[in-house]
Amino acid sequence: MEKLSGAEMVVRALQDEGVEIIFGYPGGAVLHIYDALFQQDKVQHILVRHEQAATHAADGYARATGKPGVVLVTSGPGATNAVTGIATAYMDSIPMVVLSGQVRSDWIGDDAFQETDMVGICRPIVKHSFSVRNVEDIPEMVKKAFYIATTGRPGPVLIDIPKDKTSPLVKLPYEYPKKVKMRSYSPVARGHSGQIRKAVDEMMKARRPVIYAGGGVILGEGSEHLTKLARLLNFPVTNTLMGLGAYPGSDKQFLGMLGMHGTYEANMVMHSSDLIVAVGARFDDRVTNHTQKFCPGATIIHIDVDPATISKNVRADVPIVGPVKQVLEDMVAMVEESAERPDEKALERWWQEIQGWREYHGLRYETNGDGPMKPQQVVEALYRATRGDAYVTSDVGQHQMFAAQFYKFDKPRRWINSGGLGTMGFGLPSAMGVQFAFPNATVACVTGEGSIQMNIQELSTCLQYGLPIKIININNQALGMVRQWQDMQYGGRHSQSYMDSLPDFVRLAEAYGHVGMRVDRIEDLDAAMEKAFSLKDRLVFMDIYVDPSEHVYPMHIADGAMRDMWLSKTERT
Amino acid sequence: MRRIISILMENEPGALSRVVGLFSQRGYNIETLTVAPTEDKTLSRLTLTTFGDDRQIERITKNLNKLIEVVKLVDLTEGAHIERELMLCKVKATGAQRAEVKRTVDIFRGQIVDVTSSVYTVQLAGTSDKLDAFIGTIGDAQVLEVVRTGVSGIARGEKVLSI
Repeated sequence: MEKLSGAEMVVRALQDEGVEIIFGYPGGAVLHIYDALFQQDKVQHILVRHEQAATHAADGYARATGKPGVVLVTSGPGATNAVTGIATAYMDSIPMVVLSGQVRSDWIGDDAFQETDMVGICRPIVKHSFSVRNVEDIPEMVKKAFYIATTGRPGPVLIDIPKDKTSPLVKLPYEYPKKVKMRSYSPVARGHSGQIRKAVDEMMKARRPVIYAGGGVILGEGSEHLTKLARLLNFPVTNTLMGLGAYPGSDKQFLGMLGMHGTYEANMVMHSSDLIVAVGARFDDRVTNHTQKFCPGATIIHIDVDPATISKNVRADVPIVGPVKQVLEDMVAMVEESAERPDEKALERWWQEIQGWREYHGLRYETNGDGPMKPQQVVEALYRATRGDAYVTSDVGQHQMFAAQFYKFDKPRRWINSGGLGTMGFGLPSAMGVQFAFPNATVACVTGEGSIQMNIQELSTCLQYGLPIKIININNQALGMVRQWQDMQYGGRHSQSYMDSLPDFVRLAEAYGHVGMRVDRIEDLDAAMEKAFSLKDRLVFMDIYVDPSEHVYPMHIADGAMRDMWLSKTERT
Repeated sequence: MRRIISILMENEPGALSRVVGLFSQRGYNIETLTVAPTEDKTLSRLTLTTFGDDRQIERITKNLNKLIEVVKLVDLTEGAHIERELMLCKVKATGAQRAEVKRTVDIFRGQIVDVTSSVYTVQLAGTSDKLDAFIGTIGDAQVLEVVRTGVSGIARGEKVLSI
């Protein structure tokens, strides 16, 4: 059997796992691994400018492809810089394997240079973590890490590797296991058929049904079956922030996003429904508003691969633990075989009611004529310029909500944002990950002047690898979402939500070797977008100045029901 | 409500900290905790007692089950079970007290396992309530030191927790 050093084992295991690309940053504790990487060409290493960006890039790559993202960082600060990205992936259940260096094992616990207890720090934000104790364990550990990260409810897995375990002086036999079996880990393979039958029976009885689909549908590759089921039954569908694209955004049965900044119709439908079919969603507090007042008349079917999610926030009447794809597939088959259908007349009345809600609000906003443009107009222009077919990553704040509301995602894995953790600084590095996965695709990063500055150093990475990302900086000269809350709940006292002395983003982009464009007037917007997207091989930074006083609406009224919303600055339900 | 949760888990470094972390993260207190390898050295049996309502306990057990190193777990308080705790207790034993302490130990079916001219070291096993009662009877003034193992438990009857 071939003999390899620990460092070579790590790299070979990645190759054997089929990893094509990893994101990282070198440092003392991982130099043996970097040396092994240098001597091969199967695994491409992308050098970021900050370890947080490495995790977000790997995360973006994973969200866009469904394959696990892989990160390599050194010990101490390299590892702690990766923490925010790991937590981001954990909250959104993104498959990721993070390899962190560690000081040599006989120094652990002695405050050695660049030592930190990475396994300890990460404990609450990883699906699992490993620490290498014996060189010969490395192949199986890597195999297990990928297996855990990608199966069941996916998530990040950490492997902490002390430097002495990668020494080139110790060579041991290497064999990559074909399979792993763990007695303590076996994700549910199938949903219970009796429960599925029960759920289908409920669907047939429903008169005011709604399908509420989340990120789990995308992660679990269930979009196709979800769409089939919805169309078979003529049920309205709403997606969570994480689920956008799970059901075609431009379809007539689609209600838009639900929740805190969901559409009026989606929230009204949820509140008034008699049956909620929750698929791969977790009844997050940004969705439900006050759980005691949540959808009082609804029977709840809850399908999720993670049993701990079911009945966590809202009690399910028909819980189904299983992979969403298989469960939806079985449901479609049952409905197709059955002659029974939900009451057509009742559904027709339901759709009429929905139409009324749509017409009442429908994401309307007021434009300023010749005055400053509205952020919504920027997203709409982006939609037009990209023909609705871009990968859109976003940062966190108002621009994220406007993108979620106004860009109609027709396909899964096109909308890439930090939903659970809400990580500012996510947008640009995750766009890099997407662009690496699909070099010829159109990738837009919708961001704001606050968020973009949290990882702006990655403009340098983008130049190094020639990534033609289009950065849509919706510049309202303020931390817009914070400012909105301060307007609404703190008497307009804008405590620290204004950033004085913003950089000249055009010249900043140019300094990094990219194209910078500034847009101030609405009449220039479409032409500027067209021009930016016609520059196929250049990164373009579009600095677009918008009305700083705009708020995101609808917005849930705190501690109310789903139907309790602000619809504009002066109008509430 | 008091619960006894019994967990079978991989006997690996880090496993215990993950279990404990789930409790501390949520601000739930672990009242007692005892852990030791089983007849299969690769497995540890952990027993802990905590307080919580049905909803809290359901959430915590679901999340415990999600931990990769947890192989199986059971809430013993859901069914008939036996629980025991061992206590070693140093008690002042001088003059007339010596006979009185001895009598009390006998009543509680404990054993005196170490003796000096002024101190008895008492070993006592039973439910936590019984150990509390013993200390109450002897009286705080007489008790010099108490060490308790925490609760161990097992289901009554044929039911076993094994893989």
